[in-house]
Amino acid sequence: MTSFDARRVRADVPLLRRKINGRPITYLDSGSSALTPRSVIEAMSRYYELRHANVHRGVYVTAEEATATYEGAREAVGRFINAPHPNDEIVFTKNTTEAFNLLARSWGAKNLTKSDAVVLSVMEHHANIVPWFQLRDEIGFEIRFLDVTDDFRLDLSNIDEALRGAKLLSLSSMSNVLGTINPIKELAAKAHQAGALVAVDAAQSVAHTPSDVTDLDVDFFCFSAHKMLGPTGIGVLYARRELLADMPPFLGGGGMIADVSTRGFTPAKGVARFEAGTPPIAEAAGLTAAVRYLEQLGMANVENHERELTADALQRIESHFGDQIRVIGPHNVDRRGGVISLDVEGVHPHDVAQVLDQFGVCVRPGHHCAKPLMKRFNLAATARASFGPYSMTQDTDTLLEALQRAVELFG
Amino acid sequence: MSNLEDLYREIILDHYRSPRNRGELESPPALRVEGFNPLCGDEIVVYLDVTNGTLSNIKIAGTGCSISQSSASLMSAAVKGKTLEEVHKIISRFKQLMTITEGTLEDGSEPEPIDLASMGELAALAGVVKFPVRIKCATLSWNTLVQGLDEIPA
Ligand SMILES: Cc1ncc(COP(=O)(O)O)c(C=O)c1O
Repeated sequence: MTSFDARRVRADVPLLRRKINGRPITYLDSGSSALTPRSVIEAMSRYYELRHANVHRGVYVTAEEATATYEGAREAVGRFINAPHPNDEIVFTKNTTEAFNLLARSWGAKNLTKSDAVVLSVMEHHANIVPWFQLRDEIGFEIRFLDVTDDFRLDLSNIDEALRGAKLLSLSSMSNVLGTINPIKELAAKAHQAGALVAVDAAQSVAHTPSDVTDLDVDFFCFSAHKMLGPTGIGVLYARRELLADMPPFLGGGGMIADVSTRGFTPAKGVARFEAGTPPIAEAAGLTAAVRYLEQLGMANVENHERELTADALQRIESHFGDQIRVIGPHNVDRRGGVISLDVEGVHPHDVAQVLDQFGVCVRPGHHCAKPLMKRFNLAATARASFGPYSMTQDTDTLLEALQRAVELFG
Repeated sequence: MSNLEDLYREIILDHYRSPRNRGELESPPALRVEGFNPLCGDEIVVYLDVTNGTLSNIKIAGTGCSISQSSASLMSAAVKGKTLEEVHKIISRFKQLMTITEGTLEDGSEPEPIDLASMGELAALAGVVKFPVRIKCATLSWNTLVQGLDEIPA
């Protein structure tokens, strides 16, 4: 049994000691990027102070250590998401967005033809929409969108029809706007039955719920380190071993080849084929530390903690503000994470965020890179508050105080 | 420290709550210009009627935050009924207001101090420069107006 104490997590995050506009920072934007604990920052410093060297090339001690650090991250990430063969399945990218671009340009370009279909949903982040449109515009396959119901859930009423003849179902496991958690395991089984592969945008869910690609039985799984207490600049594409072995390279250059001559090149085997150029080595060290940190907290504990915070916040927002503030997302915490999108009556999200900033409260205004979803609910933007493992009810207290000021100022 | 009251002055809130010259003009004959802020999704539509070198009528439509909406309203009140020459003067003074904190101009010279008293209600927008990310909200309608004026045949 792991122990969980949000106050200890808070103490581990240096940035949370900052004051903004004279008040302690209230960081409610973990859905955009989660704050880094000291152990992650130190892991990256250790690389630069002791082991800074390029990977996979040198024979000297520090170069070997750098390589071990980098490759160790693959093992750590594999363990964290329960990938059976990390060394053949975990590809490091820049972020979730690049992971999807890699997937589309490599697996997609090789396997999709004019007569195929890819199934997405209206609640997807642009990262899981635009790369498919880009490829579609070249190849000409069909893109189908699962709708979202009025109570902010995936509309599965015509799922069988949508999957008929589809080659890929690509869905987010948790919406970055609604907080909705999608039933990936059930949908993956359905998709496989229909002959489609399954890709998951786990950018939001990975830091808030346990991830298990083996149990979910999915084929591709994409996420970013910076949303799981890790550094910016490194992301992950998990691809099932058999599928990855058959995927052509995406970016070309050093490190991804077996051989190059004046006539052409042969790509390297395995994951190296997808990692052209010097990879994010310090970031990989940071990612390993973030994985260890989350493992020590226990992802089930993190999930429980954030569920309690979310239930409390939803209840208090509703009882305090009534119709003045509408929550754009499920109203109960069943299959829902700690992302709370707000529509404040008569106050534009930018103004909401501006007033909140005065209280040191960090929330995100905007369309959250999910324009089809915004359109579905006739919104230009929302103000979004999102929790992390270091969040506590005192953050919600300050949020409510600041929201009250916004409502008064513009009311 | 910049205060909320610097940004959300009473005049700004007033123009946000009761925007002036809100609506549409039949186009043509009126000129219709759209402005867009792709980052926040704000959009503005400016309708212009120009007769004999005078901006005889202006209407504003669209949606946005309090700063973009009130700035559009203040702009419409400031330029309506003015000659194009006067309109251009008002625009350049407003632009100065939005850049004043940057200290030196692109050519290295110091900007001339602005006579806020001469700017009437527009001076209420002076606080926006303390909130750099909001400058683009305040300038959206003005840039749209400039775009419209550029389309008018000389
Ligand atoms: C659901 C979801 N998918 C994809 C992304 C893109 O992540 P990144 O910007 O790290 O590529 C995000 C983050 O904004 C997200 O929330």
